[in-house]
Amino acid sequence: MKKIKWSEYAVRFVFDGTITAVTGVLAALYGPKFGGLFLTFPAIFPASATLVEKHERRKRIGVPKTMRGRQAAALDARGVAMASIGLIGFAIVVWKLAPIWNGALTLFAASAVWLAISLLIWHLRRHRLFFRPKSC
Amino acid sequence: MMEIVFRFVVGGLIVSLFAAFGDLLKPKSFAGLFAAAPSVALATLGLTMLTNAPLYAATESRSMIAGAVALFLYAFVTLHLIMRYRLHAGLASISALPGWLICALGAWFLVLQ
Repeated sequence: MKKIKWSEYAVRFVFDGTITAVTGVLAALYGPKFGGLFLTFPAIFPASATLVEKHERRKRIGVPKTMRGRQAAALDARGVAMASIGLIGFAIVVWKLAPIWNGALTLFAASAVWLAISLLIWHLRRHRLFFRPKSC
Repeated sequence: MMEIVFRFVVGGLIVSLFAAFGDLLKPKSFAGLFAAAPSVALATLGLTMLTNAPLYAATESRSMIAGAVALFLYAFVTLHLIMRYRLHAGLASISALPGWLICALGAWFLVLQ
């Protein structure tokens, strides 16, 4: 299991390192308006969702393994959907504050906003405060 | 070339940190938040700001809003492909990638250009 874990991290390292490098190249070639789109490219999600599904299938619990794997991957996708709304907040903060604030402070504030929004939506969804209950 | 390598290494490291942190968390839906952590954005924008180009970073962030909306739709479509159409996670997530591209490029073409 440890071996698989390290290879997963290696895959993530390579995929997202590549996306970071490619984003820089795209921005240099086509401008920051185009390059900025790829800051949220879901490069790693196909690999991580597949791994989550595979890991959950291996567990011996009462639910059929195919359904268990599918549910785990679906929960991951749901988490991505919630956090993407937080990313909108992150982007707005950087867009507005980067020209006037210190860079590190701007990124820290933006990250805090991302986390706060993502957690809020997760909490609301988990406790069904504003969303129709759905089984997943 | 060195800048590209530097971006590759820094981007990969930050993502790995977020991924490792996300792996420690439960439940799965909470850990899933960190699958969309702004790791690539932090690496890219951080490096941009280090070269004293805050306006450049601000412009990239404005486009990132469109990318984040596309990511939301992508995750929504992937979720439905997995649960409603019972596709495997890898196939569902790869099938939904063109949707992300269409949304993001459409927003760039119509609004940001």
